Amino acid sequence: MGSITLQQVRKSFGDVEVIPGVDLEINDGEFVVFVGPSGCGKSTLLRLIAGLEDVTSGRVVIDGQDMTQAPPSRRKLAMVFQSYALYPHMSVRKNIAFPLKMAGMAADEQERRVQHAAGILNLTDYLDRRPGQLSGGQRQRVAIGRAIVREPSAFLFDEPLSNLDAALRVNMRVEISELHKKLATTMVYVTHDQVEAMTMADKIVVLRAGRVEQVGSPLELYRSPANRFVAGFIGSPNMNFIEGEAAAAMGAHAIGVRPEHFAMSTTGGQFAGTVGVAEHLGSDTFLHIELDGGIPIVARAAGEFPVGHGDRIWLTPQDGRVYRFDQQGLAL
Amino acid sequence: MARKISDTRRWGFTILAWGVALLIFFPILWTILTSFKSEADAIASPPKFLFFDWTTENYAEVQSRSPYFRHFLNSVIISVGSTLLGLLIAIPAAWSMAFQPAKRTKDLLMWMLSTKMMPAAGVLIPMYLLFRNWGLLDTRFGITVVLMLINLPIITWMLYTYFREIPSEILEAARMDGASLKNEILHVLTPMAVPGIASTLLLNVILAWNEAFWTLNLTTSQAAPLTTFIASYSSPEGLFYAKLSAASTMAIAPILILGWFSQKQLVRGLTFGAVK
Repeated sequence: MGSITLQQVRKSFGDVEVIPGVDLEINDGEFVVFVGPSGCGKSTLLRLIAGLEDVTSGRVVIDGQDMTQAPPSRRKLAMVFQSYALYPHMSVRKNIAFPLKMAGMAADEQERRVQHAAGILNLTDYLDRRPGQLSGGQRQRVAIGRAIVREPSAFLFDEPLSNLDAALRVNMRVEISELHKKLATTMVYVTHDQVEAMTMADKIVVLRAGRVEQVGSPLELYRSPANRFVAGFIGSPNMNFIEGEAAAAMGAHAIGVRPEHFAMSTTGGQFAGTVGVAEHLGSDTFLHIELDGGIPIVARAAGEFPVGHGDRIWLTPQDGRVYRFDQQGLAL
Repeated sequence: MARKISDTRRWGFTILAWGVALLIFFPILWTILTSFKSEADAIASPPKFLFFDWTTENYAEVQSRSPYFRHFLNSVIISVGSTLLGLLIAIPAAWSMAFQPAKRTKDLLMWMLSTKMMPAAGVLIPMYLLFRNWGLLDTRFGITVVLMLINLPIITWMLYTYFREIPSEILEAARMDGASLKNEILHVLTPMAVPGIASTLLLNVILAWNEAFWTLNLTTSQAAPLTTFIASYSSPEGLFYAKLSAASTMAIAPILILGWFSQKQLVRGLTFGAVK
């Protein structure tokens, strides 16, 4: 069991309101990702769930029980921190066994669980080392090991991959996703990286300035963003926005087209422009184009697309892939 | 990339470093040498450096004239006692200031440190009168409490900086792992703070051992530590440099040895937090 419900959860630090009031439903077994730019309150929201911060008002309900006032140790949640937060004076074995020891578990059962977790996480050979003797990826696995041995009702991850290098990050992303499939335990994951959000989540919660902008599956957010902020945040490279005449012609204040939703031609099309930088990756070609009106556009062509700096190019948005937004940025 | 240093410069630096070290150490060396001279050699002009008649009679003389061991014991009791008493107060204080800081914590810390800037002589007379009225003059308890108070700001500051270096995320992790406050302190905080507490303890034992203002003014014989023992040899009936040196050597030897063996902790204590 691992359902979490937030009811009108508010958090202020002094006079500064960080979370103005959030309602959220996290179902048992779900992989939920909180995503948003830095300072949007996503980590605070996670810490409120963990009990590391006290809510100013509202309720945190875990597995049907009101845990708003409960200390972290009673919430049966496990957390993996950005800095791993391993105990530097303990061996890997003792680090992983620590929550079990705190729970007063028998030593042989502790050892059995540590061995099991170490097996899952490829840490068996490192059990007698100290955290200082491990690489970043291994430390992260120890932190995850420490979380899984207790069999918590939900895992909380606070930007766990941001201290790893790019290649390792991709590996760990897959490992965490596999772990979720294997354990089928609720996971709440905070990141500012929309790629992590898109690849890992069952459900994405997009936050801005402490407010929930939209909740949905990755493809729901990709296909039908509720507003301009979500449209711009989800997808890489970012969605292009065009205001002015072209938008007015479609009855909107602004229109948005994703880079991958342009048909490109060197002979003719809807929007004419000039190629600035062309990035040829082989599998994709990213073109940085300036439209004749001076609007910068990024467009992606699948495979190779032989144009270069200064070439003329015409772009035509694909049918049904143009998003329209009103003055307030809401999707029409 | 490592900076390249030519051999001549390297030699220059080595000689300079040794020169400075020798300069700092020279008074101690000279005291030790003088303690092995006869009184006549001790005041000889030009001074005799190594070629004199080595003798240990000063030590024998000092031993027989005054109870070295009693002073030594007093020094140990006062320095260790005041440090332990100080830690007992400073650990919880530094703890709360580092982990539960309030709005005025910084100001409080600065105020504590500012008391160290006040000249001690300024409060000598009121302190002396208080001690006299309370019957604390020349008692180990009285002087231990005074030295504890004198060094308390330093102890608290040192521990505060150590505790601040412990990332709060590790404590939060312990909380998430189900540790009660007691277990958090016992299994996570204390083991991580032990090196810091050890350095603080060592440095304060040395500071208290060497403290000469209050010990000289508030003790005479019963509670007198080694500082009083040294001072008794610079008496008005004429200076006896050799005996004074022997007394000094005997007074500083224990702390010198302690300092030598705990160099690593001390250097860490003094430069802690300078570089991450």
